[in-house]
This record gives sequence, structure tokens and C-alpha cells, in this order.
Amino acid sequence: MKTAAEVGIAGYGAYIPRPRIATRAIARAWGRDEGGRLPVREKSVPSPDEDTVTMAIEAARGAVARAGCDPGRIRAVWVGTESKPYAVKPGGTIVAEAIGATPWVSAADLEFACKAGSEAMQAALAFVGSGMAPYALAIGMDAAQSKPGDHLEFTAAAGGAAFLFGPPEEALARVEASTSYVTDTPDFFRKQHMHYPEHGHRFTGEPSYFTHSRGASRGLLEALGRRATDYRWAVFHQPNPKFMRRIAAEMGFTEAQIAPGAVVDHIGNTYSGASLLGLAGILDVAAEGDRIFFCSYGSGAGSDAFSLVVTRRLAEVRDRAPLVGDYIKRRQPIEDYGEYLRIARKVRLL
Amino acid sequence: MELPRYHRMRGTLYRLEGSACRKCAHRIFPPRPVCPRCKAQELEPMAFSGRGTLYSFTRVLQPPRGFTNLGTYSVGMVRLDEGPMVSAQIADADGTELQIGMPVEMVTRKLKDAEEHGFILYGYKFRPRLRAAGA
Amino acid sequence: MRDVSIIGIGQTAVAEHWDKSIRDLAVEAAQAARRDAGIERVDALYVGNMLSGELAGQENLATVIADAAGLLPVEAIKIEAACASGGAALRAAALGVAAGAHEYALVVGVEKMTDYLTDGVTAALAMAADADYEAGHGISFAALNAMLMRRYMHEHKARHEDFAPFSINSHRNAARNPFAMYRQEITAEDFAASPIVADPINILDSAGICDGAAALLIAPSAEARKTRRPPVRIAASAVATDTVALAERRDPLVWQSVADSARLAYAQAKLGPKDIDLFEVHDAFTIVSVLSLEACGFADRGSALKLAAEGRIGLDGDIPICTLGGLKGRGHPVGASGAYQIVEVVQQLRGEAGAAQVKDARVGMAQSVGGSGSVTVTHILQV
Repeated sequence: MKTAAEVGIAGYGAYIPRPRIATRAIARAWGRDEGGRLPVREKSVPSPDEDTVTMAIEAARGAVARAGCDPGRIRAVWVGTESKPYAVKPGGTIVAEAIGATPWVSAADLEFACKAGSEAMQAALAFVGSGMAPYALAIGMDAAQSKPGDHLEFTAAAGGAAFLFGPPEEALARVEASTSYVTDTPDFFRKQHMHYPEHGHRFTGEPSYFTHSRGASRGLLEALGRRATDYRWAVFHQPNPKFMRRIAAEMGFTEAQIAPGAVVDHIGNTYSGASLLGLAGILDVAAEGDRIFFCSYGSGAGSDAFSLVVTRRLAEVRDRAPLVGDYIKRRQPIEDYGEYLRIARKVRLL
Repeated sequence: MELPRYHRMRGTLYRLEGSACRKCAHRIFPPRPVCPRCKAQELEPMAFSGRGTLYSFTRVLQPPRGFTNLGTYSVGMVRLDEGPMVSAQIADADGTELQIGMPVEMVTRKLKDAEEHGFILYGYKFRPRLRAAGA
Repeated sequence: MRDVSIIGIGQTAVAEHWDKSIRDLAVEAAQAARRDAGIERVDALYVGNMLSGELAGQENLATVIADAAGLLPVEAIKIEAACASGGAALRAAALGVAAGAHEYALVVGVEKMTDYLTDGVTAALAMAADADYEAGHGISFAALNAMLMRRYMHEHKARHEDFAPFSINSHRNAARNPFAMYRQEITAEDFAASPIVADPINILDSAGICDGAAALLIAPSAEARKTRRPPVRIAASAVATDTVALAERRDPLVWQSVADSARLAYAQAKLGPKDIDLFEVHDAFTIVSVLSLEACGFADRGSALKLAAEGRIGLDGDIPICTLGGLKGRGHPVGASGAYQIVEVVQQLRGEAGAAQVKDARVGMAQSVGGSGSVTVTHILQV
């Protein structure tokens, strides 16, 4: 899928909250083998005063700062998330208000499990590409939910990134094409009034993550007549380091191509934020002319793939906002599971 | 805080909007109807950059009602780069890393999430500045 | 304007009064003041109170107290100026008498705080700060004062233990006051070991939550000769204000409303700091004593700690402060504290302060401060 007019990413911003809990501490609390292999070493946790909206605001500010545009000209603020603070009441309006984009703006929250963020990206791309908007902001952000004691608790993390789509002459990366691959595959869900999502265990693998990631990736590569070697960098959805590396290898990408975007290794799975945060990590290191391959995955299920080319402007604006690495380095270690329950607000004071 | 009052304050809480005096160019936070310096009433909204330095700080160990679910938290007085001083919570700080004079920056966080009717109150806080070269 | 004197004083013990309501306390103090004066007549009631609406669900408080005290249909109004309410009520009453509107006016400062849980009281007290820009951010009163104290320590290279003499002095004097709440002397070691409330402020830096009422009967000085007790003249009564939010001051360590009200009071009384024999300082926190002494001209900027270190604030020092315990030792029932200060200055000037008596006291100053220095009431009394 290509837009009628050329579109670029004019700005991007990331966010990862400071608290981190060692997965060993989670294993210890639940009587698991803490010497055994855990998917990641530690994961990010929002501070008690943070939620998806506050994190989205910071990522959005980073994107606007790098773009250097007048926020009053942003015509859409779309937040992809599965951890909306309000069940009813948009978070996008709060973000739009905070960055000064109101009132001539479309704002909404999108939900498609972990690909809600890339869903927002595709909509923003189309909004700008159709000529309806000079700028549109897409955010993928989550304070990821997991049932205490569930194996998802070892990876469910907090963070995400924002991408401001705009005119090609202001692009730090141009968008070549995008595609979506979606079927109804119920591998992970949360009903209204359930605190935590349920998932299909092994079913989340081959029929879900791999089938859809493969479908979207192949579809885009074939449409563009490209192979993995035509790209300098690649990023996939990263529910854990293993899945991400397996699909990357299958599609022909090397460890060197995915390493800067492998944020899951450091902070865990940020759900709707995960692939976007990976893309931000790659933009933090990419150079003019580099091609970037991007493929998200969201349970339910589907994948969105994008092909991007970096422009000279990226290097000029990169330092206007913190890098993903800055946020990764900024750590507040959580001592034990009890403190984690307090900070993550899993124990509530009535 | 009540919903209409919160809504009225969104410019201040979300964007750190104060006032600038059209007569004497004095910059004021929070917004005021009368310039405290020249007493003129010709004031216009002005959004502050959110960058400043820490004038003083403390850690609240006995939180007032409405703030007890944060556990304990740091608060500070911040001298904004544009001149005015503002009191606020200091986020991402357990108190031990804070120092008078250190650079800080505005962030938007939850001020309260147990307001009447259950709505969430977002607003400005400050944190130790993440990146000296940030925009 | 007529010259006005205090002709009767009354007070309840400052305590946790579990068996007494806000009206019980107010009536007890009011009747004591009338008995002390030997005068039954009351033309107007001025009630100093900060938190009855919040902590007792009761506004229209002055009418409630006039009714309970059997004073109906007397004119009655509540005066609210945060922690300075008691002092402000005397100021309003004195104006009424001076103007000739009343002959005998009764002032009652009263606060009932212990019915409420601590976090509720902390939130209620924070209403004296800026609701939108201080209290709304979870910044408690202790936190505002702690930020001042840390800044003061930073600018003047002071240590926390340098503030101990203020707390020690208040407790030592409170031990000699039968109406005081904290009647135990403390040591520098106790001060150092005291639990932190908002660093650097600890429990012994701060006045506690309590209940109490104090009352004053005032009359034109010309009539005062008829009374049972020796009258004490109100030589000055002055109020000044500053920004409610601490952050909006040009220099938060300069308490301008304190300085301004003291300056006005000195001018009215035609006296200066060196003429003051004792000073009831609003020691809600030790840092408040320090900033107030500096703002009122008893010490240069940055040197009030030295005043205390040299023992000059004790009962036999050259500027005795908090002579019957102050807010820290006697207790700080917020809206009543200003009235307690006046009662205590009257006791000193009448020579009735017992073991806490300041020798040859002729001129006493009382100052109550509301908010973090946003409203200050200063009275100078003279015999």
C-alpha cells in the first residue's frame, strides 16, 4: 500500500519509565526456579504516578521537538494502547491538549492488542498521504498488563514511542510503503471488567505471532521486490527475545540488523509500544540512506509492515529529545516483589 | 478537585501556561489577572519551557488526604529559566539524588487518581533533567 | 479612635479534648475571660477560627458559640485568617471598640482538630496554602516549611541541629505553663533523634495537632479601670499580607508580611525591637521562628540561629520568646493560637506568669502568621 502523495516521519519520541524489576525477583516470589532461564533479565514498570497517557505525552513531546513543527498544525493524535486509563474517555485528547494540538485535531485511542500503535501509524500515514493533514501523530504506548504469577509477568513492561507523520521535505525518514495482514485469531484477549488478559499459551506462537508476522513481512517485501539484504535495519514485534529473533532469522535478517531495535532484551515487552520503541531505537543509530524494515504484531491477530528510508535530516534533529538508550540507562531498581506490587499499584489502598 | 475546575486549569496543568505582561514584559506563573510588578491588567497567556533549576526540595513522609496512595514523594520549588518560581512534585526521585541548583524539567504525570467520581487528574511535575542537550 | 485595653483573659488547657466539642471549648474560655474581668456584659463576639467548616462541618460558628454561651442576640462574626485567625479576631474586635461601635467585645479563638484523622487534618491545614498551586500538588504545610528550612540551611551554611535551641526553649517554658500540652523538657539529643516529617523538619521542629480555646474581653481603656484585673493596653495592632503561594515571592526567605506588620506595629506603638521585653513568636516550625525574628528586626538576615545559640531567647535573655511554651510547647490549635499568645502576653505583663515570668515585663509583642507567611497579625501590648 502506498499513499497518493509521498509522506515522511517528521519526528519521533520514545518513553520508558524508570523503575525496573529483576525477573529473578518475580520468579522468587512465585516459587519458580530463579536460576533457570528467564526470558529477560529485567523489565520496566511505570512509577505510581505514570500511566499510558503520561508516557504517551512524553513520547509525543519528543516527536514534536524533533519535528520542530507548530503543534497547532497536527491534525490527528491517535494513541494505540491496550492499557487505556479510562475504559470510556479518550486518552488521545489529553495528549493532544498537552502538546498544544487542540482544537483542530482528530483524537482517538486505537486498540488492536500489541499492534494498536502501528495501526495508528498506518492511519496517520494515510491521513497525511491523502492530503487531509499536514501532520498526524501516531503513538504506541502501554503499561502492559499481566496476571500476577502468569508467565507474561516476566516480560510485561511499560513504554512506547510516538511518530509524527508529515510532508516529505521535512522527513527524517521517508515511508516507501506499508501493508497489513489480519485474520481473526483469538490468541490473547481481555474482556471488559477483567483485570488481566488471558492468552492461548502455545497457540500464541505459530498460528498467531509467526503466521501474521511472516504474512505481512513477505507481502511487503514481495510488493517492493526486495529481500532482507536490501535493508540496513529491521525491527519486529518483540513479545520476548526468542520470538523476535526466530522471525527475523526466518525472514533472512541478521542479528546486526535487529540489534539496535531489540529493546525487549533490556526492558521487556511493552505491548503496543514494543515494535515502535524498537523502531525508535533504530532511528537513534541509523544514517542517511539506510533502509529500515518494520513489522508489528498484535494478537487477535495481525501485523503491519512498513518500509522506510532515512534522510539527512535524522542526524540533524536526533539530539532534540532523549534517545531510547537514555531511557534504558535511566534505572531505578525495584528491590523486591513487594515493592513492585506497590509501585505497579497492584496492591491498592482503599 | 472538581471537574470544571480541573478543566479550567488545563492550560496551566498540561502546558505550564502562565502570563506575560504586555506592559512591562514581566513573566508570571501561575497566571494572574493583574501584573504584580506594574499592576497592569493587560496580560496574555504564555507557555513556559518547563526547564529550570531546583531552589529547594523535601520529601513528604506524611502525605495529606488524597495523596496517600503515592506512599511518600518528593516536592520542590523550581526556578524556571524564564524567571518565575513554581512549587510542584519532583518525579522520578526518591530524594537522595536531589540537590539545590540541579537542572530539572517539566513532565506531565498523574497528580491524583482518586478524585471524586473517580476521574484522573493530570498535571505538571518536575524531574532531574534527563539530557542536557534536550529540546 | 479610642484607646483599647484587654480587661479579661481565659483559656482552656491545650490538649486532646476527647470529651469536649468546639462549643464546649469556646464557652469554657469565654466564661473564664468574663470571670477574670468581673464583667458580664458583652456587646459583640469575634470568633477566631480556621477549620470549623472542614473539621467540624460547622460554619456560622460565631452564632453557634454566642448561642451556646448564652449571649444571644449579640452581634457575632467569625474571623478567618488561617493560623493567624486568633490574632485577626482581636484586631477586628479592637477596631470595633476603638471606633465606638462596642464597649465590651469578646474575642474567642478556638480550634477542635483531634476529631479528624491525621491525613485529613494535614489536608485541611494545607487549605491555608494556595489550593491550586501548592495544596493541589500534595505539598503539605510541613513540606513548604521544610523547603524553606533546607534553603535557609543552604544559604547560611546552617546545620539542622542549629535549630534545636528553639524547640528546647519552647518545651522548657511549656513545662512551666499548666495550660500547655507538651510540658516535658527536651534535650538536643531528643531533637536529633526525633522522627522526620518532611526532611529536614522533624516532629520536634513542628507544633502538634491539638484542641483549645482562648478568650479576651476588651474595652475602651477609659472604662478599663472598673475591672477586677489590671488592664493591659493594646499599643499596636497591625495586619499585612503577602503572596499566598510561597514560590511567588521574590525571595521566599524574606517573610515580607511579617516584616510589614511588625513595621506598622512599631510605628503605631512608637517603639522598636529593642523596647520589646518578650515576643510571642509564631513557632509553628523552628524555621518560622528564625525567619520571624529576622523579619521583625531582632536579628540580621542569617543570624537568628546565633541569637538562640547564645541563649538570648530564654526567659532571662534579652529577647525572651515563646515564654509560656509557644506553639511548639503549649500546642497549636491553629485558629486559637493567636488568642493564646495574647493571653500569655497579658499574663506576663500582669506579672501572673508564675515560674515562666519574665522579670519587669512592660511591653510584649505577639505575632501570629497564617499560611507560609502570607498573612501576619502583630500586636504590641503595654502596661
